[in-house]
Amino acid sequence: MVIIAVQRALKMDSRYLLVLGLGLLLRWAVSLHPHSGQRKPPMFGDYEAQRHWMEVTHNLPLADWYRNTTDNDLLYWGLDYPPLTAYHSYLCGAVAARVDPSFVALHASRGLETPEHRLFMRATVLVADLLVFLPAALWFAVALRRSRAVTLTVLAVLVLYPGLLLIDHGHFQYNGVSLGLMVAAAAALLGRRDATGAALFSLALNYKQMELYHALPFFCYLLGTCLRQRTWAASVGKLAKIGAATVLTFGLVWLPFLVDAQRAVEVGARLFPFNRGLFEDKVANFWCSLSVVYKVKQLHSVAAIASMCLSTTALFLLPTNLLLLADPTPHNLLLSLLNSALTFFLFSFQVHEKSILLAALPAAMLFPDYPLSSLWFLLASTLSMLPLLLKDDLLLATVATTVFFTVAVNMATGVLDAGRRAAAPKQRSRLTTTSGGPPADPCSRWAVPALYLSLTGYAVLALTSVTVSPPERYPDLWPVLVSLYSFAHFAGFFLYYHLIQFQFFDEKFKVC
Amino acid sequence: MLEVQNLNYASPATILFQRLTVIASDFVLLVGVKKCADTVPGQGTYLTSPRVRLAALTLGSAGLIMVDHIHFQYNGLLIGLLLISYAHMTQGRFLKSAFFFTVLLNMKHIFLYLAPAYFVFLLRNYCVTIPAGGWLPRPQLANTAKLGLVVLGVFGLSLAPFVALGQLPQLVSRLFPFKRGLCHAYWAPNIWVFYNLADKLAVFGARQLGVSVPGSSAASMTGGLVQDVEHALLPAVRPAATFALSAAAMLPALVTLWRRPADAAAFLRALVQCALCSFLLGWHVHEKAVLLAVVPLAVLALRSGPEARLYLLLSAAAHVSLGPLLFAGREAPARLLLAGLHAGYAAQALPAAAGPPSRAYTGYLAGLAAVAVYDVIGHRALGLDGRWPFLPLLVTSLYCAVGVVYCWLALYWHMLFRVEGGQKIKVR
Repeated sequence: MVIIAVQRALKMDSRYLLVLGLGLLLRWAVSLHPHSGQRKPPMFGDYEAQRHWMEVTHNLPLADWYRNTTDNDLLYWGLDYPPLTAYHSYLCGAVAARVDPSFVALHASRGLETPEHRLFMRATVLVADLLVFLPAALWFAVALRRSRAVTLTVLAVLVLYPGLLLIDHGHFQYNGVSLGLMVAAAAALLGRRDATGAALFSLALNYKQMELYHALPFFCYLLGTCLRQRTWAASVGKLAKIGAATVLTFGLVWLPFLVDAQRAVEVGARLFPFNRGLFEDKVANFWCSLSVVYKVKQLHSVAAIASMCLSTTALFLLPTNLLLLADPTPHNLLLSLLNSALTFFLFSFQVHEKSILLAALPAAMLFPDYPLSSLWFLLASTLSMLPLLLKDDLLLATVATTVFFTVAVNMATGVLDAGRRAAAPKQRSRLTTTSGGPPADPCSRWAVPALYLSLTGYAVLALTSVTVSPPERYPDLWPVLVSLYSFAHFAGFFLYYHLIQFQFFDEKFKVC
Repeated sequence: MLEVQNLNYASPATILFQRLTVIASDFVLLVGVKKCADTVPGQGTYLTSPRVRLAALTLGSAGLIMVDHIHFQYNGLLIGLLLISYAHMTQGRFLKSAFFFTVLLNMKHIFLYLAPAYFVFLLRNYCVTIPAGGWLPRPQLANTAKLGLVVLGVFGLSLAPFVALGQLPQLVSRLFPFKRGLCHAYWAPNIWVFYNLADKLAVFGARQLGVSVPGSSAASMTGGLVQDVEHALLPAVRPAATFALSAAAMLPALVTLWRRPADAAAFLRALVQCALCSFLLGWHVHEKAVLLAVVPLAVLALRSGPEARLYLLLSAAAHVSLGPLLFAGREAPARLLLAGLHAGYAAQALPAAAGPPSRAYTGYLAGLAAVAVYDVIGHRALGLDGRWPFLPLLVTSLYCAVGVVYCWLALYWHMLFRVEGGQKIKVR
């Protein structure tokens, strides 16, 4: 996939490679900052979890990967992602053993934080992005079939998005793989390669079960496309192809685990732990915000809460996905991906603040159509993770990448200038030709100042979080304030993007 | 962090503070870029305007990022002052230009390399006039007096406290240390690389022939130590000789400058040439000094295809030669990505020259990439780490020196035979 993508890109426009190179440079730069759980024994953080999985998959037989044994203590970062993550860890572990066996020594390598090992771990994320996310982003940008300027812009937005940079290369995770596979699936669907898209999304789902947030839109789009074929036979044929691709992909990934039913059950138990509660840290969703005034966790049983979450999520999922089923266009697919992910984020059970990335990527993919709101959402999603980023000592990286992203996007598209242009038409405009930038429109008269105001709010919150210590009665005051502030943003976007999808706005507002 | 005894004090807050000062001082570079870019006509979108392109090539210059923001220096500030001075010169504001240059001289004396160009240009265009009919220069006493006042005034302000405290000899000896040897521990890619190599080969050849050579120890110059070491077979090079050679090399550029009055582009070309001459032939040159030639060349490259092509080659060679500054393993991707991105951007943002580049040109650039990768991981991957540890540095110096020398000669050719007169400054 990489070589084909590169060749295609080189033939089209060498600037694509420049954008990708810039993305690589920023990734490397962020990776110089601290990772999650650095120097924090005994549990450390996500970085140690990933290292531990390399250790477990390298040393133990496959049957024991998800099983609690003397050699595999599931309470110390047990594997809780589907098998594809386990295979990836196995691969990295194999390379690690070649480089330096002490990296994956069973039990002895716990809490390892030497500079060489750190370099190795950071390199694995970079390589994963190089092989999966960056080609997928390029594929998607090209698959949009828009002008060169728009392709470059969408590529830049996807590749430079600070939230993903900070979580993957700062905090340390491999979201780029699952999100990259999802983006590639969307690209395949844009190019009418439905079976390929289904297979790619199945891979994404088998890498991280969080991709279930995106499952319904993909399903409705594919079903809708099948139903819209000219003949009944064609519909069935297409459905069969897609079904076969999905089943085959799942089968191949799960093959070693289907040999013994017990193994599959163990994996399932790790993937869906229902005993963990409504939410852990402060998260910018509906239930956590409600809990500030109405203590949901204390007033209801776990079963009642679970059914509340299920019903609200299901309720809000219906409109957007039914619309997609009725009108399966790529544009609707992207909007449904965004709306579904946002629904799950706001109303579902056991949501982490990192899950906002699942809504942010579709928003980034929609950048050409709604530049201002997309930019705003991307910034809000990054900054909503401030409590997590501050805990990891990533404030400097956050500020740098966010500022860079905003300035770069504005330089490329003039998105933040539209307001000024509409307000003061006598000023010399920066864009003499419309290279994909939005025309001056009345909605940006209030939207751009509102964006700046929202960013100022985040800046104030960040500043107070690091300088002022919270009062004794409310030790979690700053994270709660950040999540409430972000919830307000996400609720607003939830409404906005639904209205967009149902075309409540006329042409003027669509550009926002 | 301000206590004198606290050597190597590096708390995180100190590091953050110092890094931020470099970033803040880059605003001067931003001002310089803006002033210079405004002299270049531009059209098209914002992203392809001369201002943005020049900013990307200077503020985003791989060399400046590597030296200023990673290695840590304040070259951005200084080059910004140089660009401001040049911008004033293009608008005929000679006194302001001289003022900024003198300030620059008093901040880093390496800019003495560029002083001859300033001297000749100011002399020709401000201190004397040559009437249309004749050749005899007529001195402009008022102008000369004003210029002298500005220059001496700045020097006076800067040096007065040290003169008053009797510290001037000490100052001079710190500023101009001649005991450090012809080359730095890492050979800057200049002419002396070839001279050193020739000497080493001569020694090797002599030994094979059975001739004993006195005073030639095994790793006298490549051992990585900063010391004054004599060449074994070839004649020893003295500081005075390097000085004379640099001056001689600069002469054609200065003569051309004299003969092209009120030509701002010619002035900038002369500046770049002076920087290159002294880089190639000077005493104890640091590889960072190449930036003095590369960054101003970007201003010329914005307007002219042939110069853009030269800029691409020179900047690529310069950035690869700066790579060894970042020797830590975790900085390795930076060297390759920064240099590659800079070259890629320059290739597509600068004006194209007529006709495709020659095979040698593209071959050299490909070789540069290979050398860079070899220096970063190739040498270790081949397992040669223990036997010849100096080899990657030697190869880098040598290969980049070839590129720099070529650019120097090509720029001379361009300056002397190709270029026509540029826009004239209004002489006041």
